[in-house]
Amino acid sequence: MTKDILDTIDFDDEGFMVNASDWNKEIGEAIAEALDVKLSERHWHVIDFARADFEESGEPPTLRRITKQTGVDMKEIYQLFPDGPAKIAANIAGLKKPTGCI
Amino acid sequence: MAKPSRDLHKSTGTNGNRKLALITSKGSLDMAYPPLILANAARMSGIDVEMFFTFWGLDIITKKKMKSLNVATVGNPNMHPSFHIPSLMGILPGMSAAASWMMRGEIKKLGFPRVPEFMEQLVDAGANVYGCKMSMDMMKLTADDLIDGATVLGAMEFMDLTEGAQVIFV
Repeated sequence: MTKDILDTIDFDDEGFMVNASDWNKEIGEAIAEALDVKLSERHWHVIDFARADFEESGEPPTLRRITKQTGVDMKEIYQLFPDGPAKIAANIAGLKKPTGCI
Repeated sequence: MAKPSRDLHKSTGTNGNRKLALITSKGSLDMAYPPLILANAARMSGIDVEMFFTFWGLDIITKKKMKSLNVATVGNPNMHPSFHIPSLMGILPGMSAAASWMMRGEIKKLGFPRVPEFMEQLVDAGANVYGCKMSMDMMKLTADDLIDGATVLGAMEFMDLTEGAQVIFV
């Protein structure tokens, strides 16, 4: 059922949303489900921060920035997003792929 | 265009079992950062990381040394023009310290942590960190001299751990 929402959205070749402004929480949940991520309150804390930071800077936050600003430390964020924290968080948040190397 | 799926991330994902082995043999400030940045990039991409610190590379994970890694101003052919110091000047007292201070400033501007914090970050990120047993014996170091999270390991054991891994030697 939730997968249907994703059919209405434009993604790039790596599965990142083309237009961050098309995003809403329901879409975020659908993307998370597609990535096998079970969203908790802590996940949302990171995702909400990534959205807010993107609004200001136009870039998805680096991992270092996320851990410095959210209070989610390095150990925890790798538990939340073991496949690659900054990348997966940006993907669920409807942002483009992060390019920062820290 | 592709819908999000774990497979898209999996080519580089933990469960894809891609593994990187980084062997770090140099302990100068300019040679310390490349392996740390690569290890961090690998973890951020969900790749498993095994880091082996040997010879001078041990300084990077030795508590007493890691805070004060320096750039050599003499005999270092890699000095970029902006850092360039003529060899004859390089032998003056304090030149290496000044160059190191400059480089630390540049690294900070880019938002990269200093070496001790960077190592802590890598351990927290799940990179496995090993000190080379033979080099430690030679330098009279024990496990207590290394950072928290580091393990003492022989080269052959490292070979066992890194079967099938991609190898980078710095």
